[in-house]
Amino acid sequence: MELADLYRDVILDHNRKPRNFGPLARADAAVEGFNPLCGDRLTLRLRFDGEKIEDVKFEGKGCAISTASASLMTEAIKGKTRGEAAHLFERVHELLTDDRAPIAEDLGKLAALSGVREFPARVKCASLCWHTLSSALNAGATPPASVSTE
Amino acid sequence: MNSILKQTPASIFDVEATRRDFPILARQINGKPLAYLDNAASAQRPDSVIQALLDYQRRHHANVHRGVHALSQEATALFESARERLVRFINAGSIREVVFVRGTTEAINLVAQSYARPQLRAGDEVLITGLEHHANIVPWQMLCEQTGAKLIVAPIDTDGEVHVQTVEAAMSPRTRILAFAHASNALGTLLPVEALIASAKARGIVTVVDGAQAIPHLRVDVRKLGCDFYAFSGHKMFGPTGIGVLYGRESLLEKMPPWQGGGDMILTVSFAKTTYNALPYKFEAGTPNIEGAIGLGAAVDYMTSLDLDAAHAHEAALLACATQKLSAMPAVRLIGTARRKVSVVSFVVEGVHPHDLGTILDEQGIAIRTGHHCAMPVMEFFDVPATARASFAFYNTFEEIDRLVAAVESARRLFA
Ligand SMILES: Cc1ncc(COP(=O)(O)O)c(C=O)c1O
Repeated sequence: MELADLYRDVILDHNRKPRNFGPLARADAAVEGFNPLCGDRLTLRLRFDGEKIEDVKFEGKGCAISTASASLMTEAIKGKTRGEAAHLFERVHELLTDDRAPIAEDLGKLAALSGVREFPARVKCASLCWHTLSSALNAGATPPASVSTE
Repeated sequence: MNSILKQTPASIFDVEATRRDFPILARQINGKPLAYLDNAASAQRPDSVIQALLDYQRRHHANVHRGVHALSQEATALFESARERLVRFINAGSIREVVFVRGTTEAINLVAQSYARPQLRAGDEVLITGLEHHANIVPWQMLCEQTGAKLIVAPIDTDGEVHVQTVEAAMSPRTRILAFAHASNALGTLLPVEALIASAKARGIVTVVDGAQAIPHLRVDVRKLGCDFYAFSGHKMFGPTGIGVLYGRESLLEKMPPWQGGGDMILTVSFAKTTYNALPYKFEAGTPNIEGAIGLGAAVDYMTSLDLDAAHAHEAALLACATQKLSAMPAVRLIGTARRKVSVVSFVVEGVHPHDLGTILDEQGIAIRTGHHCAMPVMEFFDVPATARASFAFYNTFEEIDRLVAAVESARRLFA
């Protein structure tokens, strides 16, 4: 268990300067994620162009892991189709929870999240935004839904 | 001057000897000596408590209050002698005023359901303060839903203090119950208990004191306090989990209906009518947590074997040291700066989320609590999602505080 493995430079950078952070005009989906354990909250907003995720933004307060994970996620899914984003959710979920899962090269920066699996107490921090995404993809419609990691 | 001869009680208190009583304190965590600074969540157990539990389980276990055989009598004697020690420890009037429960949470629920529910009418008021633990909020909200009573909250100030005048201003002729913490788990604030109880008494308001955080740090004399109910948990005072005490004034307990039905709480049962057992057994339906009670009795013995005044003075010195060192760090903001506190320091660090801080400290073998501390309204009041909380027991050291401060500084640098 190495702290440096958890707080890699990519994570620290995305925590300091979260990408795609803020409100999103004309969102097609808005879902709130909540981690009751630490009080972290985030709202994810998506705008679709047909099947494609045209734009995505998030807002909220959270720890470095949850902020960086959300920031990395928005970068990774922008421009992807719903199906591709859903597939990515599955792969990241595996990355976070299965410590035998290989870390595929094509995950790019998302691979930086793999350090979390050595810290079981923090897996929920990293997965909060991904569960929120999954719920947004499944619901699709506007009324803010809510998802909790508990 | 004789000041050279004057030693502070803290220097008389032998921390190292006390630490040897707690086997867990010798543990290494992540290759570092454990610094256990999460005592407000649950305190560690001395060897004597562990031995009492073992001894009971290896030699004396049987059900209580029901058998004529030797083991049942031994178990009953141990169980009841634990109760007697608790009676003396808090200076209750008699064993009839000491009800074994699972903990503070169950004690408050018992009062809400058995005392308050039959008494309260729609429009009556239950008054609490702004710093309560969820265990002293939710049972009253449930009661209010059941009875149509209203929950009123007396606010705290920006230091996390509760003022008697504020509480009095929140009282009305309909106030029936005043429920408040003796000490706050999230902030450490010590409440002006005596004044609050006196004020409530003068108005005929029944008082319920949540003593979970006071009992490990103060000498509690329930009759001197004059409260109607006092609740606490064994695991916060160096005893086992799953056991705690509800103290209630006998005249009130006497009038209250049982809150759970079953064995042990009855005298006779027929299908037509059941007569209830005497106090405190009326409130102890079913086989109780026998080993828990025995372990708690051993924890009382342990605490009374210490020089408690010296132990408490040591805790006060730890609190002063941590407060001073943390508040000297520009990035640290203390949450809860009441003048009178138990040894709890809540804080936030600019640029570092408490959850990340918790992980970084854990890496150093330092255990603190991060989160909302089951006091979400307090977090809302101070406009923080969570805090980091270090809480000290008499077995903590100044060196552990130095390690805490150094680790906080390294976390700040990592995220800067
Ligand atoms: C002030 C206060 N009240 C109530 C409780 C609840 O105690 P328990 O969980 O032992 O029932 C706690 C424990 O966290 C507490 O600190």
